[in-house]
Amino acid sequence: MCLAIPSKIVEILDNNIAIVDTMGVRRKASLELLNPKPSVGDYVLLHVGFAIEVLSEEDALESLKLFEEALDYENEFEL
Amino acid sequence: MKTNLNSKEVILKAKNKIIQKIEKLGKPIKVMEFCGGHTHAIMRYGIDKLLKGYIEFIHGPGCPVCVASMDRIDLAIELAKIPNTIFTTYGDLLRVPGSYRKSLLDIRALGCDVRSLYSCLEAFDIALQNPNKNVVFFAIGFETTTPPTSVLLKKAKEHKLKNLFVVSNHVMTLPAIRYILNSGISHIDGIIGPGHVSVITGMKIYEEFDIPIVISGFEAFDILKAINMLLDQRIKGERKVENAYTRAVTEEGNKEAQKLIEETLDIREDFNWRGIGNLPKSALKINDDYEMFDAEKVFDVKLPASKEHPLCICPKVITGVSKPIDCKLFGNICTPENPIGSCMVSSEGACAAYYKYQEVELCM
Repeated sequence: MCLAIPSKIVEILDNNIAIVDTMGVRRKASLELLNPKPSVGDYVLLHVGFAIEVLSEEDALESLKLFEEALDYENEFEL
Repeated sequence: MKTNLNSKEVILKAKNKIIQKIEKLGKPIKVMEFCGGHTHAIMRYGIDKLLKGYIEFIHGPGCPVCVASMDRIDLAIELAKIPNTIFTTYGDLLRVPGSYRKSLLDIRALGCDVRSLYSCLEAFDIALQNPNKNVVFFAIGFETTTPPTSVLLKKAKEHKLKNLFVVSNHVMTLPAIRYILNSGISHIDGIIGPGHVSVITGMKIYEEFDIPIVISGFEAFDILKAINMLLDQRIKGERKVENAYTRAVTEEGNKEAQKLIEETLDIREDFNWRGIGNLPKSALKINDDYEMFDAEKVFDVKLPASKEHPLCICPKVITGVSKPIDCKLFGNICTPENPIGSCMVSSEGACAAYYKYQEVELCM
């Protein structure tokens, strides 16, 4: 339930809605919980369709790397 | 090439470090991971087996589906049965059996309009598209999931929607931690603090506790780092709040989200948690400014007396008193395909995590 995945903002639409890229998947996300508002290119932590925090690029890439490694890890151990 | 932080080598190195520290302490320790997401990760990576004999994990109540009491599930089912209603909620809740062994999915099969949402704002769109129907959003979740409900309420008011109603079952982390620590039901040496709850609340909220707390992310590397920091505190005799998830968690948290919660929700006097029972001032209700959207005020639902399955030990699993394998139903009668209790439904529930990962043998 509390899963949140780093996602990159690729476009900002009207009404505080952005298109974000989450590990290659594009979807809509609400920016209502962020003040100041992020910009295109920023990384955010996405939870149930809402950006809940802006991440530095370095931290976002680190988180994504851990995510991808977790997937590799599942393959390696055949989970 | 950079080191893979979740690799077997890194994990084994972290394990050795942890074991050295436990030997220095001279006794195994009990660590409670509050959040169900952490329970899932600990099982998924086999960290519990990796550190068996050194660290005992007490699984905390931080799984919103698990702690939803039977009377709340019964309320959801009765609301969904009201004619002309579109009932919406987050996915996991649909499979939790109510008092009479029927779940929301079961009543959907009988013709009720029950829908699962990814984002609660979908409920707003559904209400706009169906002006002749009442749309109910049954909101569950801890602090991470609360601010989106606040946004939904604000949007509903802004657009003067007359057919959208919300049930707030939002619960709070601190009263649950307080309960676990004060009730003495389980001795705990340190707490792995919730990662994404803390993104919203900030880490300063935990300062009242006189126990080592380390906020953690959700990968193997994050959890092992948090355990190492907890052990360092134990060795030095410290009891403070530390942050092992600096990628996302700050001291103050997300102030905009906190403001939205304050503007739309109030603290309930009482709220019933599965496994805990009534816990005063532990949950949030819709405030007077938004009461026209409060399904609990608008709909007069008569609930039959709720009852738990007599053999299900979810209430004890939620508070860390028992482990899933102590349950007679575990894995035979109660499975993720046919769950009897809520802890087997949500992937963050301890029973579901044990069931899925019981065969995981890592680095043994």
